[in-house]
Amino acid sequence: MASAANPIEAVQMRRNRWLSLPAVLFIAAFGIGPLILMLIYSFLKAAPYGGVEWSFTTDAYVYFLFQRDIFDDTLQFAPDFLIIYLRSFVFALITTAVCLLLGFPTAYFMATRPPAQRNWWVLLITIPFWSNLLVRTLAIMFIIRDQGLLNGFLIWIGIIDTPITLLYTDFAIVIGLLYSYLPFMVLPLYSSLEKFDFRLVEAGFDLYATRRQVLWRIIIPLARPGIIAGCLLVFIPALGAYVTPLILGGGKHLMIGDLIAQQFGSGRNWPLGSAQAFILMAAVLVALLFYVRNTSGKVQHGR
Amino acid sequence: MAASTTLKHRDVRDQPGFGTMACICLIVLYAPILILMIWSLNSGSIVTHWEGVSLAWYGVALQNEEFHSAARNTLIISVSATFFSTVMATMAAIGMTRVKPWRGLGTSFMVINLPLMVPEIITAVATLSFFALLAGQLNLNFGIGNIIIAHTVFCIPFAYMPIRARLEDMDLTLENAAADLYATPWQAFRRVTFPLLVPGILSGMALAFIVSFDDFTITQLIAGPGQTTLPLYIWNQIRRPMTPEINAISTLLLLVSILFVSVSFLIARRRK
Amino acid sequence: MASGQTAIAAKGVSKLFQGAGQDTVVALDKVSVAIRENEFFTLLGPSGCGKTTLLRLIAGFDFPTEGEILLHGQDIAPLPPYRRPVNTVFQSYALFPHMSVAQNIAFGLEMLGKSRAETQARVSAMLKLVRMEELRDRRTSQISGGQQQRVALARALAPAPKVLLLDEPLSALDYKLRKDMQIELKRLQHETGITFIFVTHDQEEALTMSDRIAVMNRGRILQVGSPRDIYDRPSERFVANFIGETNFLDGEVTGVSGAEARVKLADGAVISAGLPEGLAPAGRVSIVVRPEHARLVPPGAPADLAGRLETAVYFGTDTHYHVRLDGGGAFTVRTQNSRGGGAGFAEGEPVGIVLEPSAAQVLRD
Repeated sequence: MASAANPIEAVQMRRNRWLSLPAVLFIAAFGIGPLILMLIYSFLKAAPYGGVEWSFTTDAYVYFLFQRDIFDDTLQFAPDFLIIYLRSFVFALITTAVCLLLGFPTAYFMATRPPAQRNWWVLLITIPFWSNLLVRTLAIMFIIRDQGLLNGFLIWIGIIDTPITLLYTDFAIVIGLLYSYLPFMVLPLYSSLEKFDFRLVEAGFDLYATRRQVLWRIIIPLARPGIIAGCLLVFIPALGAYVTPLILGGGKHLMIGDLIAQQFGSGRNWPLGSAQAFILMAAVLVALLFYVRNTSGKVQHGR
Repeated sequence: MAASTTLKHRDVRDQPGFGTMACICLIVLYAPILILMIWSLNSGSIVTHWEGVSLAWYGVALQNEEFHSAARNTLIISVSATFFSTVMATMAAIGMTRVKPWRGLGTSFMVINLPLMVPEIITAVATLSFFALLAGQLNLNFGIGNIIIAHTVFCIPFAYMPIRARLEDMDLTLENAAADLYATPWQAFRRVTFPLLVPGILSGMALAFIVSFDDFTITQLIAGPGQTTLPLYIWNQIRRPMTPEINAISTLLLLVSILFVSVSFLIARRRK
Repeated sequence: MASGQTAIAAKGVSKLFQGAGQDTVVALDKVSVAIRENEFFTLLGPSGCGKTTLLRLIAGFDFPTEGEILLHGQDIAPLPPYRRPVNTVFQSYALFPHMSVAQNIAFGLEMLGKSRAETQARVSAMLKLVRMEELRDRRTSQISGGQQQRVALARALAPAPKVLLLDEPLSALDYKLRKDMQIELKRLQHETGITFIFVTHDQEEALTMSDRIAVMNRGRILQVGSPRDIYDRPSERFVANFIGETNFLDGEVTGVSGAEARVKLADGAVISAGLPEGLAPAGRVSIVVRPEHARLVPPGAPADLAGRLETAVYFGTDTHYHVRLDGGGAFTVRTQNSRGGGAGFAEGEPVGIVLEPSAAQVLRD
């Protein structure tokens, strides 16, 4: 062919490809394998005490939307699960929007600091990013419970005289999600804004744009890939959140994650749980496809 | 003009109010953690009532036998998962950057990053089903090894990222220079590539360790009796009447995360 | 100076690269060249001409699509870089950042399995050679660009290679330092007696340093010769254009005698012009004349060309006169300024141009 490489080096460079084999095989066996198994499970019959019986049925997907009447055996539309999915979707959407609202100015502010200061900002945002989610959720619970600091404070300054119930409400879940995933918004936004060529801002001012016009007409359009990446990094884990509703929703206010876990625990319906997991997975894939379609080949640098 | 006077005093890049938002962001992120930490120093036995500063609850936590066993389990799991994932991630990073492009390269990259894209709860229930099948059909149960395997899977991409970034940043002419100076490929790797890769590997190890150390969702679903880790221990504590002991343990966990993130961050920064 | 023995030779070497899409890029097109023992040989050309590719083929970082690379008559093309007694000074220096200056210099010797004592002695000798003894234990990030350059040289010279390859090694240095390093490189080449193959796009650097120059363009070597040959006797339009300023004239060959041709110019004057080796032209040809190989004379005086002075540009050491020729075309004359000199030629006035004997050269194309 066109470039005849040296035989020795060519062998060397080709041999290197086997180095990636252990990691790839390991993930294939213990990461992808279970996912495939679950896809199979979602088409099997539930065993009475958890686990599955090996006979094919689409019941799991049918029961996702319908309930079988005990008396006349007809299928009736039962939107319970669908409602939980919609709730999760709305929670994730609100979380993403508020995170963007808070995160964009923060990321922009960080990106416009002198380089030495920037590193410290990044560290400050990185620490919560990697901190224990359970503990951070616990901290929120600690603040918003009936005898918590927030209610104590509100009573102390006299706005209210009996505690407002915040814990185990939808509000608590959204606050928890927001708090959990805010760093996931800031970091990708920052890395896209950090590369931004701020001479474009000067060019904007030179052409009579005001600060806000520069922001909306120049900075935001060019930061779009970062914005989409940040939104996705918040939306996907928020949609599948498990810990947050578990602790702050108190088991009554469910999201998809808890619903799925429930089928594998007290619900004892593994096929149903598997089907629910795959419907969530499909939603995630749609979001990822949206991302790929919106970032490939389009506006990346100034045109 | 008003606009020009404000321009004179401020950086052209400034947007009014953004600094305030950034400060709000920091407060939102840190206030809950700090409050939790401060209350861990409360000497009273009721979580909500401040009685004075003391380290008493740390003493209680550290003498608790259940805490000891949870800490032991956590360390066994995270150290093993960190070791296996870093070794595999390092090999994969070299195998995917120092290679003639081939057809499977894109697929390999996707496979390695897959654990990052699947919601954790799905990974958790899928892994649970998988190990249940192994135990039920093949009578295979690795005990705590199950958790180590599951952790290794999702630690690989975290360890992989900084190592790969380091390899990509590395000037390839350095490896050429080594070859030019009579170093065989293995010598070039051992004397030049590997020493320069060490910060990336350390950074990857630190990230893998935190991710495994902090994991709750997957561990909770697949852990068997006697396999309680620190996050599971905290979870069990929440469901009982709460004492400040839980604040103390939570603070310790946070400090471990902060330590490892900072170390990883500083290693990565120092390369310049 | 060059002793005449061939040190390294390329024989019909081609290198194709897979370009974007399906098309292949020809980086080298059947290049043949012989570089002599102890020679300071320069590959000169614009970026993308193939000079660095040829260097990489000699070093062993790439491998020719076809052809042979001969080191003392032996084909080394299939050998990996670590089996070739050839060392490189990289454009970016490529010093190992995790090693000290001395460790960098010792690296090649260690890889060759030299004893510790021999290595240390050699490292010291190299440090002395490049005058860096006092920086021996510094980290390479703690020394200046010029010092890094010296370390890179010492490191490449330490294993006493048969041939030293230098890939635009001075391009990262500022002007003053570059001038110093040019002299330094010449000194090192004399002292070590090693064949140097130097790659550059800087014609001035090539002219001042080289024993011989190969001018390259589009993957081919156009002309090989001493700096004086290349400058005074360019054989192709590209060479004449790339090196220095040049006047091109059209003419018609009226007769050939030995290495000289009689050429009739557009406005009727007949001059004699040198011929490139092996060329027997007839009919229309292009000839080149360097601006400093011509002078202006007042109108009416005997002249080879006549025209009108358009502009005179003062350059300190010399003055450039841009003349519009009566027979069509433009011609530049460069005259050295002398104190009190400068016989005033006024812009817009008619002038005559006299070419110095053997100033003109016929081009191959």
